[in-house]
Amino acid sequence: MSARGFSGSVIATLVLLALLLLGPCILPIYWTMIVTEIFIMGLFSMSFNLLFGFSGLLSFGQAGFFGIGAYTAALLIQTGFPSLWLIIFCSVLVAALFALAIGYLCVRRDEIFFAMLTLGFGMMLFTIAHNWRELTGGSDGMPLCSVPPVRLPGIEWSLFPPVHVYYFTLFWTAAGVFILWRVVRSPFGLMLTAVRENKQRLAFVGADVSRIRLAAFVIAGGLAGLAGVLFCVFNRMATPDFMHWAFSARPVLMTILGGSGVFFGPAWGAAIFFCLEQLVTAFTENWMIVLGLILIPVVIFFPQGIVGTLVQWLGDRKESRS
Amino acid sequence: MTPRPILEINRLGHQFGDFVVMRDISLAVQAGTMTALIGPNGAGKTTFYNLVSGRYQPTQGSIFFDGLDITRMPAHRRVALGLLRSFQITNIFPHLTVLENVLVPLALEHHKGFRFWKSMSRERDLKRQAEEILERVGLASEAHRRAHELAYGDQRLVEIAIVLARNPKLVLLDEPTAGMNPEETERMVHLIQELAQQSGTTFFLTEHDMNVVFSVASYLYVLHQGSLLAQGTPNEIRGNRQVKEAYLGGSLDS
Ligand SMILES: Nc1ncnc2c1ncn2[C@@H]1O[C@H](COP(=O)(O)OP(=O)(O)O)[C@@H](O)[C@H]1O
Ligand SMILES: [Mg+2]
Repeated sequence: MSARGFSGSVIATLVLLALLLLGPCILPIYWTMIVTEIFIMGLFSMSFNLLFGFSGLLSFGQAGFFGIGAYTAALLIQTGFPSLWLIIFCSVLVAALFALAIGYLCVRRDEIFFAMLTLGFGMMLFTIAHNWRELTGGSDGMPLCSVPPVRLPGIEWSLFPPVHVYYFTLFWTAAGVFILWRVVRSPFGLMLTAVRENKQRLAFVGADVSRIRLAAFVIAGGLAGLAGVLFCVFNRMATPDFMHWAFSARPVLMTILGGSGVFFGPAWGAAIFFCLEQLVTAFTENWMIVLGLILIPVVIFFPQGIVGTLVQWLGDRKESRS
Repeated sequence: MTPRPILEINRLGHQFGDFVVMRDISLAVQAGTMTALIGPNGAGKTTFYNLVSGRYQPTQGSIFFDGLDITRMPAHRRVALGLLRSFQITNIFPHLTVLENVLVPLALEHHKGFRFWKSMSRERDLKRQAEEILERVGLASEAHRRAHELAYGDQRLVEIAIVLARNPKLVLLDEPTAGMNPEETERMVHLIQELAQQSGTTFFLTEHDMNVVFSVASYLYVLHQGSLLAQGTPNEIRGNRQVKEAYLGGSLDS
């Protein structure tokens, strides 16, 4: 069963990837940009879900690492760093290092205490970004006049046209998702699931639960940082809003909307979120009220999320037929 | 000549706040000797295991495992030395499959817990070993079911399989037959005896049911209100007047 299910999901993913590669040829430029944003928030939500869905840790501070990625990139670009590869590498590294330090202080706590600690650190990072005007430009943020081009041997690819940003974002999102996919299927991924399932039993078969959680926190923080870099390039600026606790709530909402139990659930949640937003804002300005009206029945009737419920329903049908 | 004990406890004591639950316990478990800790409910058996396994830090005394002082060692490091335990209330990974329940400790046993990149499905060696262990406890046919779907008695066997996967030197079994029907009890007792004979693992179990314990253990410690009341072979314990009184629930002389 698992062998066929595995190749099936790989084929589905490859088909989706092919469609996304064709995206800008089919979509108007406005939607190309919305899909770009979906990639970024999808990656951000999926990295959040490594903690939430896979390890059972609800972090309310992921925007902190997202913002650190964005600000590190903005600062490096402003100082005239020429290599985009190096900028991405450094920004992800800095976000991961912050996650290491903050995670070290958070992972020993559970449930609401963990959530509150991450929220607290997220608010601290926001306040630093907001108040340290000399470095970050304060509430105005850091606008970027130019972004270095992508340099490959023999090619220089400007990140000025939105379509180029689309492919640039797609590439890095796919890379981030690939990392997550490898991690959750690895022996370490099994440890994460075991942490979620029963951390006491895991400790009493010899695992250092805090270290496992910390490693997950660092991976999630680094990938949130990557999403932040992409968002900075996409918006051509970094602002404290990226680090606000309300921004930390976004991956939580998207993951619950899509479903935390499915690997791509959070990304689908991001897609649903943005498409609904487009649909709803055409009629009313009160998008958040409508979002609330949708979220409430999802949480009550479909706790596995929209995509999670669909996947389960399809699985049940397949089982009852065979 | 007596061999070096695998577990040696010196003057162990513990209190929760002002409440003294354990005082002045000294005992030794010899490798290869099926040892039991018995005593009525509330005597402190589970607390004793919590101290030995590292769930609580004792307030007095010391614990030596295989010649090493482990009194202040975190629980997961004691496991790495070969000291494993089961819990009185079944403690497994309920939504993982039975096979995965065993793969978790096996991955740890082979220092693979921090492998981030290789796919678990390629760990064929681990899978084969996990299947062998399930075979030994009689759960091979349940490998792909989720653990929480199993019958109660089988879930308790899953916990035994989890513990065996770490190739332990000493296993503390906290009332392994608790809540089992006679048939399940019989199967568990038989399994423990078989494992003790076949593997190099020593078992140290608690029981509140004297009949079960007399049939498996060859050396007994009796705990009563947090103190050691008696020790000896099953025959010695059976004839001990103090033990009888403790189990009758009364101290006749007070
Ligand atoms: N965490 C705890 N806090 C306070 N008292 C406890 C705690 N755990 C156990 N006790 C008390 O310690 C005594 C021994 O309990 P326990 O070790 O569970 O006994 P047994 O396993 O022999 O039935 C009981 O009186 C129990 O109420
Ligand atoms: Mg008990």
